[in-house]
Amino acid sequence: MTHIKTHFNRRSFLKVSAVGGAGLMLQFSWLSGLAHSSSNAEAVEGLFNINAFIRMNEDGTVTIMSPNPEIGQNVKTSMPLIVAEELDVDWDQVQVEQAPLDTEKYTRQLAGGSQSIRQGWDSLRMAGATARYLMLASAAKLWSMSPDELVTDKGMVKHLPSGKSIAYQDLLQEAATIEVPEEVPLKDPKDFKLIGTFVKNVDGKGIVTGKPLFGLDYMEKGTAIAMIVHPPAFGMQLDGYNADKAKNMPGIKKIFTVNTALDKPQWSDVNAFNELLVVVGDSTWQVMKAKEVLEVRWKTLGTLEATTAHLDSFSSVFDKSEGELGRKDGDPDGVFASADKVVESGYTGAFLAHNTMEPMNFFADVSADKARLIGPIQTPEQLRQSAASLLNMPESKIFVDMTRMGGGFGRRLYGNFGLEAAAISKAYGGPIKLIYTREDDMTQGTYRPSYHIKYRAALDKKGNLTAFEVKGSGIPSSPLFPDRFPAGTVEHYKATHYGIDTNISTGAWRAPRSNFVAGAEQSFLDEVAEAAGKDPIDFRLQLFDRAIKNPVGEGNDYDPERYAGVLKLVRDKSNWGNKMPNVYRGVAAYYSHNSYVAQVFDLEKVDDANIRIKKVWCAVDCGIVVNKEGAINQVEGGIIDGIGHCMYSQLTFEKGATQQQNFDGYHLIRNNEAPLEIAVFFVDNGIAPTGLGEPSLPPVAGALANALYKATGTRYYRQPYMVVPQQPKFVG
Amino acid sequence: MPQYSLHINGAIHQVDVDADTPVLWVLRDHLQLVGTKYGCGIGQCGACTIHLNGNAIRSCSLPVSAVVNAEMKLTTIEGLSKDGTHPVQKAWLEIDVVQCGYCQAGQIMSAAALLERNPNPSEEDIRNAMTGNLCRCGTYTRINKAVAMAAKDL
Repeated sequence: MTHIKTHFNRRSFLKVSAVGGAGLMLQFSWLSGLAHSSSNAEAVEGLFNINAFIRMNEDGTVTIMSPNPEIGQNVKTSMPLIVAEELDVDWDQVQVEQAPLDTEKYTRQLAGGSQSIRQGWDSLRMAGATARYLMLASAAKLWSMSPDELVTDKGMVKHLPSGKSIAYQDLLQEAATIEVPEEVPLKDPKDFKLIGTFVKNVDGKGIVTGKPLFGLDYMEKGTAIAMIVHPPAFGMQLDGYNADKAKNMPGIKKIFTVNTALDKPQWSDVNAFNELLVVVGDSTWQVMKAKEVLEVRWKTLGTLEATTAHLDSFSSVFDKSEGELGRKDGDPDGVFASADKVVESGYTGAFLAHNTMEPMNFFADVSADKARLIGPIQTPEQLRQSAASLLNMPESKIFVDMTRMGGGFGRRLYGNFGLEAAAISKAYGGPIKLIYTREDDMTQGTYRPSYHIKYRAALDKKGNLTAFEVKGSGIPSSPLFPDRFPAGTVEHYKATHYGIDTNISTGAWRAPRSNFVAGAEQSFLDEVAEAAGKDPIDFRLQLFDRAIKNPVGEGNDYDPERYAGVLKLVRDKSNWGNKMPNVYRGVAAYYSHNSYVAQVFDLEKVDDANIRIKKVWCAVDCGIVVNKEGAINQVEGGIIDGIGHCMYSQLTFEKGATQQQNFDGYHLIRNNEAPLEIAVFFVDNGIAPTGLGEPSLPPVAGALANALYKATGTRYYRQPYMVVPQQPKFVG
Repeated sequence: MPQYSLHINGAIHQVDVDADTPVLWVLRDHLQLVGTKYGCGIGQCGACTIHLNGNAIRSCSLPVSAVVNAEMKLTTIEGLSKDGTHPVQKAWLEIDVVQCGYCQAGQIMSAAALLERNPNPSEEDIRNAMTGNLCRCGTYTRINKAVAMAAKDL
C-alpha cells in the first residue's frame, strides 16, 4: 500500500479540531517556503502547494473549501472530488464552498498555467486520506480493534467479519482526540470510486437558473456605479477634460481622475493606462450616457503603432540583430550549407484580445482604515499586495474575495481593474462597482502578443531530418520554448529569440506562447514531412523514436514516449491511413502545461466555395483523468476556442488604437462555425494527473492548417487564416 | 424620470428610469434580476437574451419605453421555470454544458425560444438559432446536444 507523509517539512502543519456540536475541522497548511516573487504569469508553475480545509459535519455532510479561483476550468468540482475520493464518502455528501483569499490558511490561491490539479494532487489526496485515517482509528478505538481490521465505504467505517458499522458523523468527537501519524495510507488507484467517473459541475444548477454568482452580479446596498474613460490609443495620455455637460446629466454623482501607478509594480500589474477619467453615478445606463458627452483632450506621448508597421518590423527583425541564443546543438549552419534539401517557412500571428464574456469589473469599498475588494480575479493575493501599496494601507486591512468568473483565459491575472476600483472608491468616498463596457474591455487589454516565427529544416537524400533551426520573434517578445520538440530529436539544432518593443500592453493568454508556436511548428513539420516524402505521423514518430533511444542534448522538456503515445492513439482511433471520399485530413501534436495532445481534423467540401469541419479527433495524455465529464468539456472547449482564434480572430492597430472595439468587428467563433463533432480519447497510464484548461488549444492551429492544405492546396502562414485572400468560405 | 410598468415573469414591476434605458439595465440595476448578463451592449453576443411574448430578444438593445404595453410579457432566466425544471435547463444539467457559465442564461433563453416555435428542430436549425449567442469557453457542441435532448423531452 502506498503511504503519504502528513507533514512534508517543518513549515507544514495539520490541525484537527472539534467545532460547534459534534463537527470536526481538518485544516492542512503548508506554509510554502517557496517565494511568491515570480516575474511573470507563466512562472507560477512550481510555486504551488494546495492547502485543504475540510469540515465534517454532524449531519453526515462534508464541506470542502475550494481555495482556487474558478474561471470555468471546473476546479471547484474536480479538486474537492480528489479529497472526497480518499476520504471515501459519497459525492452526494459533499458540499463545496469557495474560500475567500486567506493567506494564513491557503497558499497559491491563483488560477493559471493549468496547474491546480497537477500541483494539488498529492496534497488533496493526503488531506482526504488523513481524514479517512482518523475515522478508521476512531472506530478502532471505540471497538477496541486495530484500524487494519476495518474498512471504509461511502462515509461509513465497517468491520466486515462482524458486520459492525458506524457512520463518520458518529466518530467526529472521538476523531478530534486521535493523534495524526506521520504517514497515512492512500487508496490504490484501481480502487477509485469517484475519480475517473463523470461528475457534473457543482455550480450547474445555480448557473442555469440565473443565480448571482459572477462578479458583475455582486452588489451591496448603497453602491454607486463607476466607469472609466481611458486614452483612445496606446501612446496617448489624458491632457484635460470638460465635464460641465456630463456632470449635470441625471443620476451623475461625481466625475474625477484617478491614477493607479505603483512605485514598484509586480508581474501582475500590467497596465498601459494609469491615469483615467472616472464617472460615478446611480445606474449603469446613466453613467454610460454621461461618458458619451464628456469632452476629453488627449496628448500623444509615444509612438502610435500600426499593424502595417508591425508586419514591416517582422520582415526585417531577424536581420537587424543577432538575437538571443536559446539553444544550440551540433553545427546547424554547417549542415544547412551542405544539405540535400532545405525547407524554409515563416508564420505570423495577430494580437488577440481575451474577450472573456464577462467584462472586467470589481466592487470596492475603501475607507480611511480598511478596504474590501470583491470580484473576478485570478490573482487575489497579488491584487491585495498591489492595493496595499496603492492605498498605502497594510495588507491586513484589505479583504479580498473572489466571485465566480465569467472566463479568465489569463486576462484576470492582471488586476488593474481591481486597483482602479480601489482608487475610485477611495476618491469617491464610498462603495462603488466598476464596470467596463465591452469597448473598454477590448481596447484596454493585456493582449496575446503578435508573433512571427521562421523555421528552416535540412533533409538528407533519404528524407531524414538532419538540422532544424527556428527564429522566434514577438511584439514584445519571442514565444519560443527552445527545449521543446523537435529539440532532442535532431543532431543539429538552433533556436534564437528576437524581441520588438511596443507600448501595447500584452500578457498571458490561454496557453501562453504555445497558443502560437504549436500551430506554426506543426504546420511547418507537415511541410517538411511532405518534402521528405513521408506520412506526417510516421515522420513525427521517427523523430520521437530518436529522442527515446538516443536523445540529443540536455534538458529536453518533454517525454518522447508519451508524445508518441498520443499520436499513435489518435492515429488508431481516427483510422488515419483510411482514405474517405471528400474528407481532407490534417494532424498535429503538442505538449504544453505538462499534458500531451494530438489531433486529427477532418474537413469536407460542401461545394467549391465552402468547407466544413466535420470531425475533430483528439487524443490526450494528462495522466489520471480526475473528472471525465469536466475533462472532456475542457478539451472540447479548447479545440473550439483554438479553431476560432486561428481561423477568425484578430486585433489590428491603426494610430495606436485597436480597429476592433466590440463583437461586431472582432470575430469570435460562433456556434455554426464549430465542428459538427469532437471525439476525445484519453491515454490510460495511471500517471499523476496534469491540467487541461489549456493543452488542447495549441495543436488546433496546426492540425487545421494541415487539413486545409489538403482541401485547398494552400499552405496557411498567417493567422487568422481567414485573412488569406480568395479562399473558400468556412461554414458550419 | 418617467415611471413604467413592466410585465416580467408573471408579475408587474414599477420602475422610474429614463425612457431610453435598455431593458437589460432595468433588469440588472433596478430589479436585481441579474441572471440576464451584459456582454456587448450592441446585440452581438446574446448574453442578454430574454423573451418578449415567447420570442428571443436582446435586452441590451431594447429601450424600456418600447415594452410597456400590457400585452408585452417579458420572461427572464429567473422566470423560465420555478426551480430549474424547464426541459432546456434540465438538458443543460444532464449534458453538463457549462464551463465558466456566464453566457449560458442567454444560450438557454435562445434555446427555449427556438423550441417554443420549432419543437422538432434539425441539427442545422439548432446551429442557426444558437449562432447569435457567443461562448468564449467553446461549449457549442454541448449546447447543440442539450438543445436536441430538450426537444425530445418537450
